[in-house]
Amino acid sequence: MNNHKSINVTVNDEKYSGEAEDRTLLVDFLRDHLRLTGTHVGCEHGVCGACTIILNGTAARSCLMFAVQANDATIQTIEGLAKGGKMHPLQKLFSKHHALQCGFCTPGMLMTALDLVHSRTNLSEEDIREGMSAALCRCTGYEGIINAVSEYAEQISSEGSING
Amino acid sequence: MADGGSRQSGGYIGQSVPRREDNNLLLGNATFVADIQLPRMAHVAFARSSLPHAKIKSVDTDSANGLNGVLFVATGKEVSAELPPINGMQVVTPEGWRSRVDTDILIPDQPLIPDDKVRYVGEAYGLVVADSRYIAEDALELLEANFESLQPLPDAETALIDGAALVHDHLGRNVAAFLHTKKGGGADAMDDAPHRLRRRFVHHRYAAMPMECRGVVADYDARTDTLTIWSSTQIVHWVRREVSTALGMPEERVRCIAPDVGGGFGGKGHVYPEDILIAWLSKKLGRPVKWIEDRHEHILNAAHSRDNVYDVEIGFDGNGRILAVTSSFLVDSGAYTPVGAGIAGNSIAHMLGPYDIPNYETDCKIVLTNRTPNAPYRGAGRPEVGFAMERAVDLVANELELDPAEVRFRNMIQPENMPYDVGLTYRDGVPMVYDSGDYPKALQRAIDELGGLDTIRQRQKDALTEGRFLGLGLGCYVEGTGVGPFEGATVKIDPTGKIIVATGACPQGQGHETIFAQFAADLWQVPIEDVFVTVADTGHVSQGYGTIASRSTVTASGAIKIATDEVHEKVFAIAANMLEAGEADLEVRESGIGVKGVPDMHVSYLDIARAAKPGWDNQRPVGVSPGLESTSYYEPPTVTWAYAANAAIVHIDSETGQIGIERYVEVHDAGVLVNPALADGQVKGGLVQGIGGGLLEELAYDDQGQLITGSLMDYLLPSASDVPPITVIHHETPSPLNAFGVKGLGEGGAIAPPVVIANAVCDALRPFKAELNSTPVRWGDVAAFFENSV
Repeated sequence: MNNHKSINVTVNDEKYSGEAEDRTLLVDFLRDHLRLTGTHVGCEHGVCGACTIILNGTAARSCLMFAVQANDATIQTIEGLAKGGKMHPLQKLFSKHHALQCGFCTPGMLMTALDLVHSRTNLSEEDIREGMSAALCRCTGYEGIINAVSEYAEQISSEGSING
Repeated sequence: MADGGSRQSGGYIGQSVPRREDNNLLLGNATFVADIQLPRMAHVAFARSSLPHAKIKSVDTDSANGLNGVLFVATGKEVSAELPPINGMQVVTPEGWRSRVDTDILIPDQPLIPDDKVRYVGEAYGLVVADSRYIAEDALELLEANFESLQPLPDAETALIDGAALVHDHLGRNVAAFLHTKKGGGADAMDDAPHRLRRRFVHHRYAAMPMECRGVVADYDARTDTLTIWSSTQIVHWVRREVSTALGMPEERVRCIAPDVGGGFGGKGHVYPEDILIAWLSKKLGRPVKWIEDRHEHILNAAHSRDNVYDVEIGFDGNGRILAVTSSFLVDSGAYTPVGAGIAGNSIAHMLGPYDIPNYETDCKIVLTNRTPNAPYRGAGRPEVGFAMERAVDLVANELELDPAEVRFRNMIQPENMPYDVGLTYRDGVPMVYDSGDYPKALQRAIDELGGLDTIRQRQKDALTEGRFLGLGLGCYVEGTGVGPFEGATVKIDPTGKIIVATGACPQGQGHETIFAQFAADLWQVPIEDVFVTVADTGHVSQGYGTIASRSTVTASGAIKIATDEVHEKVFAIAANMLEAGEADLEVRESGIGVKGVPDMHVSYLDIARAAKPGWDNQRPVGVSPGLESTSYYEPPTVTWAYAANAAIVHIDSETGQIGIERYVEVHDAGVLVNPALADGQVKGGLVQGIGGGLLEELAYDDQGQLITGSLMDYLLPSASDVPPITVIHHETPSPLNAFGVKGLGEGGAIAPPVVIANAVCDALRPFKAELNSTPVRWGDVAAFFENSV
């Protein structure tokens, strides 16, 4: 057992190569091998959403995948959101709306929200509540999170209408 | 403002200052304990019992030891040979409480790993240290443990049966503590009550369930003989104390840091065996050692909470005035009771709530069982007893065909009776006196926010004629907050002139770094950016207590104030010398000290820091010692009393029993709010936890003591789509007990929702005379009323 395979991934626009056992979880590969500890492990059984990343353009639970399954994939994690020292608009909105307390769920929340807002249009508050229920927060009671994601969805939709 | 309030106008206190914590958390730069990686770090996994009660006959470690990459294997035998158990009384109640509440306490110590028997599903019987966590878990599979099952004690009532097996043989009984207290004539007064009502109320077992599980990293440095521990904990100074005791090291040589902590809510509020074991392993192996709890372990092994049964009798007159309350209750403490009688003590103290009730008597048994240890979770005894009391108040109303709101108003302590002597003793040993507030106003406001009582009752009637079921649920509570014994703070002016603050508080998302900076910035009259705050590090403040029990805003602000006052004395003396002015003519202003009324006569903190230094060319007056630094301790005279009124409207689906909360309102009074946005977040977060506890979350055991909810698939946490519209209204009645007029608010939100939901559902189901006197409130139980009525 314990075969090592080489893994090539692009994370936040940077190419990484590493080796991992067949059984190494993707989240452990990101955290322990690539030292990208912004992605968190909350339950290891796909319920809490803290480990959510964007994998080839779609939100995915990095605790439910093996690293080898992500070979040649393009991944986005919380560390890649801010560009040139400036926060991503969604990050700013989380702060503005007090959408985090302990911040442990925040990486998964941000990734879940990005996937939701960028993959759907005309999101109602109910849609946002349902979409964001893919990730659990124990501190805030969700109000700030919903407000932040709603405002972000409005920003994106108004950009879309300007661009379109 | 009431007496003692010294809130500064135009300052930072009272402003929703943005959190300084947010940046790192949002950028992915935070450091939670699992993120710590050190060279040569070894990893630990624990072997945990799948049996609730079993004798450990043998554990064969040979195969595990032989696995490549395994560094060390230990069972209870090796551990107990080198390390003492954790003292069962991590929290010691003062003599003033023990002497006023009748107690008979036999709290068992907790072995770090038992060598005689396992006492709950999830208790460790061995550990493996290996080069990686994966290898450590492989090795667990190779441990060959031989157990002999013993009679399980799956719940408190079974454990109390004559002849039941003993959880701790040497105690000779399964009761960790008997407690008893009374007010007025106690139970005897019940005989004089024209009406009496008896019920049993059950508040089930659930838990804090922070999104980050627990974890510990320890690094022993042989050269300096120092140990550094990073623990996901709420109480770094307790961890330091227990590690120091267990390893025989001076506290000074043990440093405990809580890095970013992903939620606690009480579940990380005491020392666990792993805190000590990981420290021991690092010293023993000479390597950094890391253990990160996984979710399954957390659900089995991190403290559970609630799990109380109350037998209540309530005596009242024809007007609904409550004359006497008696309560006999059981706390299922599980196999150990890490904070002793603290939770039950809270239940005893909080039963009478905001009501003026002349007679009260209560007794309690804290019962040892084969469940996971029970420790405080947000509310800590108050949600449990509040459920019993506030259900009982509704039942009184039903009995007399009065509105539950009216019965509450008739029994509430009036604002003109503040401060109100309750006639009981708090667990800090001080007689309970509610310090301030207007309870009826809070309840009225909560009801008005939902449209007012007449409107709500009309809506209810209209709904019923249409075959729909709508109910109003109420729930009121008071909460002793900011409890002692103390908190510590170090305040200094850095050689650069900046203000440095450290306290023993240990936040897990509350925003302490921000609010402590607000306090200090106002006290020193500096821009908030010039205040640097350190929390949760024993290396920065020598004595501290930690962040539990809705206490840090009150206790840490008190310590910051005292330390600041002490530094101010020197600052004024030195500034007077520099300005050649009398101290009485000086004032704190604009990052320095100035002469009152003379804008040009001013020295900055930077100048004063230079003047205060030891050695040549200092400008200290004779008799003033060098340096600008003080470490001080605030010992609160007693608790401050926060309170709230809750009201909610629910709709019941008669087909499925589904409970829909239309709107939930809490009118909350925590005195002066230092940062309203953060206060609001605390209360709302607590409310959602309470709603989860009332409707969704359950740690269920079968009749053999087996936990049957071992994952987040079974233990249901509220998600964004489960949360109703919530309104929190803050009343700010300053506490007269401290300089800032603050009260605590961390726990409050979680106290009332279970009973508010139960009351609302019963109110909606009045046509069936429905009674739901246990939590969680299940749709199935609700649907049964409809089915049975057909």
